[in-house]
Amino acid sequence: MMRFSTLIKHPADWMMTGHGGEQSAVLTSRIRLARNIRGHHFPGWAKPKQRCETLRVLLPAVENLSVMKDGFAQELCSLSSIQKQILVERHLISREHAARGEGSAAVIERRQSLSLMINEEDHLRMQAIRPGLQLTAAFQSLSAVDSELENQLDYAFDPTLGYLTTCPTNIGTGLRASSMLHLPALELTSQLEQVLQAVNKIGLAVRGIYGEGTESLGHLFQISNQSTLGESEEYIIQRLERVIKQVARHEANAREKLLDDRPQFIADKIGRAYGILRHCHIMESKEALTLLSLVRLGGSIGIFPKETTALCDALFMEIQPAHLQWSTARALCADERDALRAEIIRARLHSLESPHISHIAPEEKPSNSDHPSSHE
Amino acid sequence: MKCDFCSENATVFLTQLVEGVVKKVCLCEACAQERGVTDPTGFSLADLLLGGTNFQAMQPGNQPSKKNSVKACPTCGFTIESLKQIRRFGCGDCYQIFGTEVTQMLRGMHQGTTHQGKAPAGQVARQYRQQRIDDLSRKLETAIAEESYEEAAAIRDQMRELDQTATH
Ligand SMILES: [Zn+2]
Ligand SMILES: [Zn+2]
Repeated sequence: MMRFSTLIKHPADWMMTGHGGEQSAVLTSRIRLARNIRGHHFPGWAKPKQRCETLRVLLPAVENLSVMKDGFAQELCSLSSIQKQILVERHLISREHAARGEGSAAVIERRQSLSLMINEEDHLRMQAIRPGLQLTAAFQSLSAVDSELENQLDYAFDPTLGYLTTCPTNIGTGLRASSMLHLPALELTSQLEQVLQAVNKIGLAVRGIYGEGTESLGHLFQISNQSTLGESEEYIIQRLERVIKQVARHEANAREKLLDDRPQFIADKIGRAYGILRHCHIMESKEALTLLSLVRLGGSIGIFPKETTALCDALFMEIQPAHLQWSTARALCADERDALRAEIIRARLHSLESPHISHIAPEEKPSNSDHPSSHE
Repeated sequence: MKCDFCSENATVFLTQLVEGVVKKVCLCEACAQERGVTDPTGFSLADLLLGGTNFQAMQPGNQPSKKNSVKACPTCGFTIESLKQIRRFGCGDCYQIFGTEVTQMLRGMHQGTTHQGKAPAGQVARQYRQQRIDDLSRKLETAIAEESYEEAAAIRDQMRELDQTATH
């Protein structure tokens, strides 16, 4: 079995983002399925001994999955808190799972695109993550794993209610499909709320985080299904994908409009973000998110080279607290983390040249091949 | 603005849209850290507001024990009071036991009330096969008791056939 240090030495497969085109606003897609074992108490209600019994039933089946060959498998109580925190930051386990003790385990595929949590809120929470908009592909790979497990395990399943879960909000398919979207232009042109309200009207959930200001942290939003019962997996995913494509198109239009109507405004925003990130020595994570988001936008609209979007996505991960502490192999106080965060950002952006602001001057725009709406 | 979880000043605001209404959860720095509301790239956001109630108060022993008047699941002992309080279930069988409450809870929660998606095909086939084997062994007993040996032999053949399909 794979060691922890080997597992996280490489970035996850799904972190290899940076595909261009209209969908450059979609960072990642995730599918999560919830399953439980028939006749076993759900994890929250089970006594520690019963949870361990469930683990004994589940772990061999999960470890022997063909996709988990040479993968990583550990009981959570054998991992340090920094190690658990890193898995959380990589989205391989949930924070709730990390907080659980005896009887919980994580099994992770070596490329980190597939992970299974044993004894989270449900006995089994399995997830597949892909870069960009790939909900269908992610579902297909995860469904194959689910079918392989179901050949050896008896799930708590009812023909009318579907897969039975601890919380009734997950019953039926047990499916939560979600995508992470980067929507800076919609926010900068004040169209965001209107677009998100429309998404929500058709029963999908939208979530974002705001700091003290009015702008969201990193202009990042998550769109996911809420309903899990009464519709097939394919139907839920198709509807979600259709809506995400529409939102991505709105974002692409908003970027174009910004470039047309307010080239100086956008050049100033991105230029300032670049300047601060290149020369900072103390950087808090909230500020970093906001500024990196603008540099990422610069990458998608041709002010920076295309690869810049992937660079920013990798940095989003790398500058989180546990990742910082793992890189120095010791615990860091908040001030030390802010200094190290600044150092890493400066180093990563070192080779990124000053923004080509002239690229977005209105008269030169037609020749700009990286323009988001001109291809694909 | 105050944190929704303690009385500190809130600095992080998780917004989500529910049925066309913007719902805002206000958190202080510490509570945001604890709940993971600091990482906008985190997928756990999706489950944050829906899940995450803890069962501690409901652990066996902490439960109000009016054993005779309380309806409980025979498989796991979870009571209807607990269900009403935390809106979670104790095991898969609870859904059958608390059928009336389940119907009420599910009303309006999802797009429908009947599962339309994937079913565990292998498991359903296994259960069907087991049922057939149980049926046949009952018939076999009767056949032997009635000394109809020809019929008994035929039933044994059928059972052998079922056994063989099970290994594939
Ligand atoms: Zn608080
Ligand atoms: Zn039960």
